[in-house]
Formats: sequence, C-alpha cells, structure tokens
Amino acid sequence: MPTRTLTPGVEIAERALVVDPGQRVPGRASGFPLRREGPAKLTGAAKYTDDLVFPGAWYGITIRSTEARAKLLAIELDPDVDWSRVIIATADDIPGENIVSMIKDDQPLLVPVGGEIRHHAEPVVLLAAADRETLRLLKGRIKLVTEPLEPVLDPERSEHVFAEYEVKRGDLDLGFAGADLILEGEYRVGHQEQLYIENNAMIAVPGGDGGIVIHGSMQCPYYVHKALKRALGMDSVQARVIQEETGGGFGGKEEFPSVLALHASVLALKARRAVRMIYERHEDIEATTKRHPAIVRHRTGVTKDGVLVAQDIEVIMDGGAYCTLTPVVLSRGLLHAGGPYRCPNVRLRGKATRTNTPPNGAFRGFGAPQTEFAAEMQMNRVAERLGISPAELRRRNVYKLKDTTPTGQVLRESVAGEEVLEQGVAAANFERVRERTSGERSERLGSGTIPSGSLRAGDHRTATGIGLALAWHGAGFTGSGEVYLASVASVELTADGRLRVLTAGTEMGQGTKTVFPLMVANELGVPVDWVEYAPQDTAEVLDSGPTVASRTVMVVGGLVILAARKLKAAVEERNAGAPFHESFRDDARANGATRIDQKFEPYPGVTFDDSTYLGDAYPAFGWASAVATVEVDLDTCEVRVLDVIAVDDVGKVIHPILCEGQVEGGTLQAVGYATMEEMKLRDGKYLNDRLATYLIPTAMDAPHIRTILVEAPYSGAPHGAKGVGELPMDVAAPAVVAAIHDATGVWIHDLPATPERILAAMHGLDGGGAGSRLRGVMDKPAA
Amino acid sequence: MSAYRFLVNGAPAEVEAPGMRRLLDVLREDLGLTGTKEGCGEGECGACSVLLDGQVVDACLVPVCQVEGRIVRTVEGLSLAARERGSLDSLQEAFLEHGAAQCGICTPGMLMAARAYLDAGGGPDEEPIREAIAGNLCRCTGYTKIVDAIAAVATPLD
Repeated sequence: MPTRTLTPGVEIAERALVVDPGQRVPGRASGFPLRREGPAKLTGAAKYTDDLVFPGAWYGITIRSTEARAKLLAIELDPDVDWSRVIIATADDIPGENIVSMIKDDQPLLVPVGGEIRHHAEPVVLLAAADRETLRLLKGRIKLVTEPLEPVLDPERSEHVFAEYEVKRGDLDLGFAGADLILEGEYRVGHQEQLYIENNAMIAVPGGDGGIVIHGSMQCPYYVHKALKRALGMDSVQARVIQEETGGGFGGKEEFPSVLALHASVLALKARRAVRMIYERHEDIEATTKRHPAIVRHRTGVTKDGVLVAQDIEVIMDGGAYCTLTPVVLSRGLLHAGGPYRCPNVRLRGKATRTNTPPNGAFRGFGAPQTEFAAEMQMNRVAERLGISPAELRRRNVYKLKDTTPTGQVLRESVAGEEVLEQGVAAANFERVRERTSGERSERLGSGTIPSGSLRAGDHRTATGIGLALAWHGAGFTGSGEVYLASVASVELTADGRLRVLTAGTEMGQGTKTVFPLMVANELGVPVDWVEYAPQDTAEVLDSGPTVASRTVMVVGGLVILAARKLKAAVEERNAGAPFHESFRDDARANGATRIDQKFEPYPGVTFDDSTYLGDAYPAFGWASAVATVEVDLDTCEVRVLDVIAVDDVGKVIHPILCEGQVEGGTLQAVGYATMEEMKLRDGKYLNDRLATYLIPTAMDAPHIRTILVEAPYSGAPHGAKGVGELPMDVAAPAVVAAIHDATGVWIHDLPATPERILAAMHGLDGGGAGSRLRGVMDKPAA
Repeated sequence: MSAYRFLVNGAPAEVEAPGMRRLLDVLREDLGLTGTKEGCGEGECGACSVLLDGQVVDACLVPVCQVEGRIVRTVEGLSLAARERGSLDSLQEAFLEHGAAQCGICTPGMLMAARAYLDAGGGPDEEPIREAIAGNLCRCTGYTKIVDAIAAVATPLD
C-alpha cells in the first residue's frame, strides 16, 4: 500500500535504497512515500510567491530598453505627471555595487546613465506604486534618451570572448590519415525557453536591521544571497533569502532570480515597504535567460568497419549580452561534444562570445544537449554512409570500462553505455522496425510527386520512421566545481526529539522534499514521516550548493546520508548501542540537540586540472539511450512523435515514480526542442515572446514515453546515485531527428525540425534549414 | 464598480468590482482563493482553469460581469466533502499516487480540466483524455502520469 503523507500515520520506508526493477509496479508509488508537498499542491493550499500576502506591499515593475545596443544618455520623466505617487529607482539608488554577482562582474542591475545598453529588454529603471493601475499609466511616461550603437548579433563575428577551451588527445593528422571515410557536418541549434509555468516572482521585505528578506521562486537561495550582499552592501544576516513553493525551474531559475531579487530589494529599500515583483509571461520570455544557441562543426574519421579514429569538433556558443554562467555551459557542452564514444585522436575547440541579445544561461542539460545533438547526427550520418546500422555503429564505439575520454579520464567504473544501448534497441525492437521503415522508404523513393524525392506515393499520406540516439552526462559539477563549492548539508536531532534534514536543496517539482527524508529515514531506521525537511531559508540552512547540475540526489543526498549515519552512530553510542529509533527521543531529552554538519569531501581518486583541462572531468557519467518513433505527414511535413523509449542509467533509483517523472518530463522537453520550440529574433529582439507564439508540447503533442531505469552505481556516492534530471534532455532530440530521416530520407541539421525545414529539405533546398552549410565530403571513398 | 453575486465552491460570494475585472483576480485577490494560478494571462496555458457552470474556462479571460448568477468551482472546491474528512478526493488521490503533480503550478488547472472530463462521463481511453487536457500546459511531467492518473479514476475498479 502506498504511504500517505496527508493522513497522519506511520509508514516505514521498508525498502532499502536498492530497487529491484522487477519488483516495481509501473506508475504506482507502491512502497515509496508519496510526494511530501503533494497534498498541498493538489488542494490549492500550497503558497507560491504570488500567492503570498504582505499587507501594504507595493507593486514593482521594470522599464526596459527597446534597443539591442545603445548609449544611455538620459532618463527623462514626463514633467506633466505627478510622480509623487510612485517610487522611481535607477542605478543611482543601488546601495552597493551595481553588479549582479555571477562568474564575471559584467552585468549591472540597472544600466546607469552614461552606460551602455547591451540588449533588448535590458532593465534601466524600476518603478513601484501602491496599485498596478498607476504603474500601467505611468510606465510609458518615462523616456530613455539613447544614442544607438551598432549591435553585434553574430556570435562568430563577435570579438568579445567569454570563454575559450581546447581539449586535445592523440594525433589528429595520424587519425585522419588512417580513416577510410571522413565526414564533415555543421549543426545549429537555437534558443530554447525553459518555460516553467510559474513566472519569475520575488517579494522583497525590508527588515528592522536595515536588511532585506526575499521571498521568491528560485533554485539557488545562496546565489541570491550572495548577489544581495554585494549589490546592497549587506552582511550575511542582513540579507535573508527564503525560497517559496517554486513552479518549475529547469535552469531558468538558477541565476536569473538574483536579478529580480535585487530589483525588488532596491525598490523596497527606497520605498521602505515590501515590494512585489511578479513577472507576466510576456516579460518573462522577453527578458530572462534561454538555452545557448550553438553552432557545432564536426570532422569525423572512421574506418570502413565503423571504428572512430578521429574527431575534430568546434563548438561556438552565443552567450548573449552578459556572461552569466556561459563559461561553465560551454565547458560542459565541449566535454560532451564527442558523444559517448571512444576515439583515440580528438580535438575539441570551444568558444563562447558576446552578442547584443538577452543573456543566455542555464537550462537542463547545460550545453550538453546542443553538442550531443550534433554528435549523434554525425554518428547517424556516418552509419548511413557506411551502410552500418546506427545501433551497430554505436555498439562498436561506445565507451566501455577502462576506456579513456578526451581529457584523459579513465572510466574506472559505472559505465553503462552498452547496457542502455542494448536495452533501448531490444525494447523498441529497433532493427526489425527499422528494416520495415527503411523498406517502406525505398518503395516511396521516386514514386512521389517530386522526382527522386520521398514525398507520398499513392494512398500513403504519412510515413513512419524510427531513430536512435545515445548520450552520456557528467554527474555533478564539472571539473573541480564541487571542491570549490564545499557544500555542507545537515541532519539534526532537535532538543524536542524531532529529526530534521537541513540543506539549501530546493524543491521545484523534482522531489527533493520527498527523497531527502526518505534517504535519511532509511539510514536511521525510522518511518519516513518522522523526518522533517527544513525550509530553504538562508537563516536556517547552510549552503549545500545550488540545486542544479542533477547534483541534488547525488552530491547533497550523499552528504545527507553521511550526516545521518554519523547522527545514528553518535546517538547509539551514547545509549549503549540501543537502536536509534528506540533511543533518539530519550537521547534528545537527556542531551539536548545533536546536529551533524557534513561537509563535502572530494571523491576519492578524482582529480581535474582546470588550467590544462586534463583529468577527471566528472566523478562519473550517467548514460542514456532513446528510441523515437515518428509519423511524418508527407504533404505538410508535420511530425507526430508517437513513441519514445527512454533508457536512463541513474546509478541508483531512490524513488522510482519521481525518477520516471524526471525522465518523462526531460524527454518531452527534448521532443519540444527537436520539433517545435524556436525563438525567432529580429535585430536582437525575440519576436515570439508570448505563449501564443512560442509553442511547447501539449498533451496532444506528447508521445507515449516508456522509461527504463538502469542502475550502474557510482562507488564515490554512498548510495551510488549519479543524478537524473538532465540526462533525458541530452538524448531524445537527436533520436527524433533520426526518426524523421528514417521516414523521409532527409537530414535536418538545424533544430527545431519544423515542417518548413523538412519540406525545404525534401524539395532538395538548403540542407535542412536556414543558415545550414552542411557538407558531407568523402575525402576517400569507403572501400 | 458594481456588485456581482455568484456561487463559489458551493458558497455564495458577492464582490464589488469593475465589470471587466478578471475572474482570476476576483478569485485570487478579492476572495483569497489563490489555488487558481496565473501562467500567461492570455488563455494559452490553462493554469487558471476553473469550472463555470461545469464547463472549463480560463479565469484570465472571463470578466467578472459574465459570472453573475453562475456557479464557479475552483481547486479549493474540488473535494469539499473529502476535505472535511481531511483527505483528498479520488482524482487528487490518483494524481498523488501516480506522480502526476511535480512542481504543482499547472496542477489546479489540470485537475479542473480532468474533473470536467470525468463529470461529462469521460472514459479511460488515452486519446480523449489527452484532448481534454490539451489546453493545460505542463512542463514537468511529459503528461504520461497525468494521463495515467485520469484514466485510473475513469476506470471503475471492480
């Protein structure tokens, strides 16, 4: 019977962390606790930021630039307006430094007069008033006087480089010399909007000590905390950040919330009252971060047997106007750019530059979906050229135990590329289906309305195709990231005998509030309902790092387990070995509170050199395959993704329902990326910055998603878990595009594979999209 | 400003408001029923779905003047009887057990769309369920578990 968290009662988390896949009942929470905050969300009782009431609070809005690049000469207030009813804040009102603290100090909270506007919709002035009607009326009465400057919109022409890396292994020339086939390709992916359904929202409340309390929607309370301290000139106590119920993040609430929290704070400090800043959807899409667009160029050498001998890969990412997290996004993208394949001779070159478009930032996958799309496209095209099945080509090249990656990392354990590949191939009956769909495609060839095309023949209005992709995803932060973060997570037995987990790990739908108590309950041998999860409030919890990079269960969860073990040992030792669950309440009465703060210790044997980019880029990798089946309308080229089989190795499944939920949701975001999600820009401005025009998949667009979870545990984490959130995002898009090729015979090199792009490709026009300059050269014919 | 009277979750409500004030704002701000969420404010996402005389509507597109004398049902009224017993109704229970709610921001609207489908006699087949919730965007789940949860309630257990 499922555990109920709604009704008080005792339900032992009877299963250990090891889950036998055979015992799972698909779709049910059998034996696992239900989502802890689920009842509140299902009854409407859960309070998201915009649901909170602060009596006397004012509303705040942002006046933004309308140019992509300009010098700000003056801010002019309409003299005919009575401005006494509003609070106006400009850069001059910022108490501390005019910097949104992130990797580089390049982004201001507000553009100062005399400064440079660097993107459309950049914040310049803030307004607050008691009611929204006043703001609506006065918003247009503030004029920004500017002198236009020529914007830079092409990341390849930008001279401002945010980051540049090169990774080399082996001898590229030697590798290509030994190749029987050399294939080049260029792939382009555009912006993608995270599109959490809850828009960014922050409420700033001035505190009595001259400080500020932030209530908001966010992934990383301590990022916001750090930004507040710097821009408001406050100490760690004066700045306090409380995460409220958060309606989705997907990376979009990793770094951007700092901007909005600072804006609300500047207004609140000047107005001396609480200020609410709740974005509307249009503003949220217009002004907040997106997934980085990328151009990825491959030159691949293979033997006639399909063995990779050389990979020369160039990645260019468009950072937008400010650095945000771009260097780290590029780094992860580049380190994943070769795909999960062994290759002795590799060169990876990556560059991210500044353009005058809104800043790009974190989004699930963090650079890897861009580069792995390109890697998988390239593999599929190699397979086609060699006449080898896409599954077989991967089988011959996928990393195995003890293989070495381009950074020189030896994969010592937890390598499940083969397993996820074989499971996907078997579950989808891939070879059999592909034989049928290829046969159907051959029959259509030449019989359609376009000579030699693959348009419909006779009564066949639609064509079906199947496609496969494989991916890897580095677990936790890249390189030395976790060492620098030095996270701390805590487990506490309070003086009144309660058990609490304290971390900065936020719940945004993925299940932190459910799995952390579950893991601790399992360690302590107590019912899961006895374990509380402390609020994500910087006044209560220590900095366990950001809730990003699929690191929560793996890294912070690992700390929580170690803390629980220490707590158990301490209490049992004090009580003559009596079991924890029998002794902890008496122990608290006798000894008061016991709190274990567990600090991150580097994973054993994991070293990375940030200067040379050599070593263990990640402690371990997660592995994933996806097999997609699509139906393409041969008249309109509309694509229906019918089915995706998603196989994901997460190390250890902590909670099967929540884990499947991550895979299903990530898979659909990838399907959207592949088929429909596209930001269109003109002069650096997003044109489709509304939900009516930026489309994400509905229930009617979503395929059946079948999840197969694989467990190849990582020994460095006490539970073996490697993370799950981002893995599915890396793999489904190339699988869908491969399936479109299987149905139509054309490769779509630029995402998304819209009907327009497919139609153009089927008519033999530009290879799959505007801007694509695809070359498939065979320097040497395959033998 | 005029006075508008209607029923919300079985209880009479009277609000003084401009006739064009959005039902969404009336519910959230005037009546304190914040379970209904705003996602886009232009009828695209369905986060603000409520039932008006049993039909699903986007509360962001309905002016309060159109609600006079009618019956509004929100997520807070989904399980009035069940809530008195401190528990969820069968649909909410199914969402919880199947993992159909993740971040939860689309959930109230999704539940209302599902309720309307079930009340109209909708069955457990997948296609009509997907059609019934096609106006409600979810970015977390991939919809699989939402469809499963609705189907489970539509299926008589014995």
